[in-house]
Amino acid sequence: MDVKEYRGVMVLGEQRNGTIHRVTFELLNRGRSLADKLGVELSCAILGDRVDDLGEVILRGADKVYHVCSQDLATFLPGPYTRALVQLIQEEKPEIIIAAATTTGRTVMPLVAARLGTGLTADCTYLDIDPEERILLQTRPAIGGNIMATIKTPFTRPQMATVRPRSTRPAPRDESRTGEITVKNYGDMLVSLTERFLEFMADPSQEVNIQDADIIVSGGKGLKNREGFKLVEELARVLGAGVGATRDAVELGWISYSHQIGLSGKTVSPKLYIAVGISGKVQHLAGMQTSETIVAINKDPDAQIFQVADFGIVGDAFEVVPELIDALKKLRTGA
Amino acid sequence: MNIVVLIKQVPGTDNVKMDPKTGTMIRTGKDNIINPLDENALEEALRLKRSLKNVTVTVVSMGPESAMKAIKEAIAMGADGGILLSGRAFAGSDTIATARVLSSAIRKLWPVDLILCGERATDGETGQTGAMVAAMLDIPVQTYVQKLEVGDGIITVERLVEGGFERVQVKIPALVTVVKGINQPGFPTLAGKLRAKEVQVPVWGPEDVGLVPDEIGLKGSPTRVVKIFSPKLSRDTIMYRHDNTGRAISELINFLGAREIIV
Repeated sequence: MDVKEYRGVMVLGEQRNGTIHRVTFELLNRGRSLADKLGVELSCAILGDRVDDLGEVILRGADKVYHVCSQDLATFLPGPYTRALVQLIQEEKPEIIIAAATTTGRTVMPLVAARLGTGLTADCTYLDIDPEERILLQTRPAIGGNIMATIKTPFTRPQMATVRPRSTRPAPRDESRTGEITVKNYGDMLVSLTERFLEFMADPSQEVNIQDADIIVSGGKGLKNREGFKLVEELARVLGAGVGATRDAVELGWISYSHQIGLSGKTVSPKLYIAVGISGKVQHLAGMQTSETIVAINKDPDAQIFQVADFGIVGDAFEVVPELIDALKKLRTGA
Repeated sequence: MNIVVLIKQVPGTDNVKMDPKTGTMIRTGKDNIINPLDENALEEALRLKRSLKNVTVTVVSMGPESAMKAIKEAIAMGADGGILLSGRAFAGSDTIATARVLSSAIRKLWPVDLILCGERATDGETGQTGAMVAAMLDIPVQTYVQKLEVGDGIITVERLVEGGFERVQVKIPALVTVVKGINQPGFPTLAGKLRAKEVQVPVWGPEDVGLVPDEIGLKGSPTRVVKIFSPKLSRDTIMYRHDNTGRAISELINFLGAREIIV
């Protein structure tokens, strides 16, 4: 593999039902700064059927948009997505490709990396360029977030990484930007003979998808029982927030597994994380410690959760949370 | 039906030592366990073994010799047999090199109908190896699976995705990575423990799976660890004790307002 043949930064955008997803703009933000450091073009691949508003991708920082257009790409299937992306990479030869660490990105990227025999680093929190080597530096938490590792892919291309959604802001809109939109048709090679998408079912217990949420209110064993846990849900409702939970709370059956945050659940980094009745075991911290702002409410002043918190209230959740809800409601009504 | 379950032995605690030269993990701990999500994968295989006829469950693990304990434990829980992929040349493998070793071993066990593994391991937490194995075997993959049904030459799965779940059907042979919600893992039985003592678990090295040194270990890995460092965990915490003055709450509201989180 001649690494010099590969040039440019590509991000793998995401669409849901033909609408560009916000995570695409986050990727463009990261991609733009890498491309500028390298002095190369930034492109964005969008896989889907009909996709609205591809021009927005240009305004948010892409120089080129490749829309691989097919009804076989309307919903995510690993086979067609992998074949489309491998074909696009072989045609356009980007030196770097970045995707979101969503269920789609975390599935298609390893498949593509294995097909191309190149390296992939999952869940990066920081990306940079080594100016001397002109190489991508990929930093990610390892071992439950207790250690950070910086990783590179020196000998193969493209250099591939996924980044956690919500770990950066969306690229700002610049109306003066121009760029090129190319539609790629790959025809029958995208038809899957071995996979069939049946249906998507929204999970009603998950009104706000927690990994997409700006604010998460999360509860642990300190809430005592299912009734107590409802406090967390009520505070979340007032804040328009997602509901999170510790492993203990999930195992006690207070809420479903899809809300579990931590090593064996989801990793989140919202703007605000409110931990209620959570002691702060390392396993839980691993899933939330990159949150922008962390507020902890716990009656034990020595609880470990306070070490990662920006703001801590030592007190009984059953008194603090209702007061907080009242104060927030008053704020809303301007009273 | 032949089912292969990929398992990884991981440290039971968070006290993991790193080799400062290579940045790879030193795997020596005595309190090692089977990666929790791999136990869910094993349980799913055992569930199918209980409900269908002629199901054979083989666990495959790559790791140091001490990983034999994980395989024996899986047999004690109900697996029929296992293969340990071990040898100094495997050490330092990244996800691509690991997937190469695992897929080569699975090819040797062919025909295989279903490969199951946990969505990710609690130590490396990359969640990449399963999908890479599927790509190298050129078989369909489904990830984040919370429900699995076996039909005639097909499986139907529920994938846990953002905002809900998807139902997808794939032909077998296929590889499936599972999430925790799929089942409740069982425990080793006394009979199982006795059987685990008797069952011979072969140890395969690179030559047994047909790989040369350039394809495995650090040499066969496209990624390199540049450096490892400890992140600053603690934040400067503003602390208030809740009392009847309402001060803690009003300070919190001010704090969130100043950070433009609530307006």
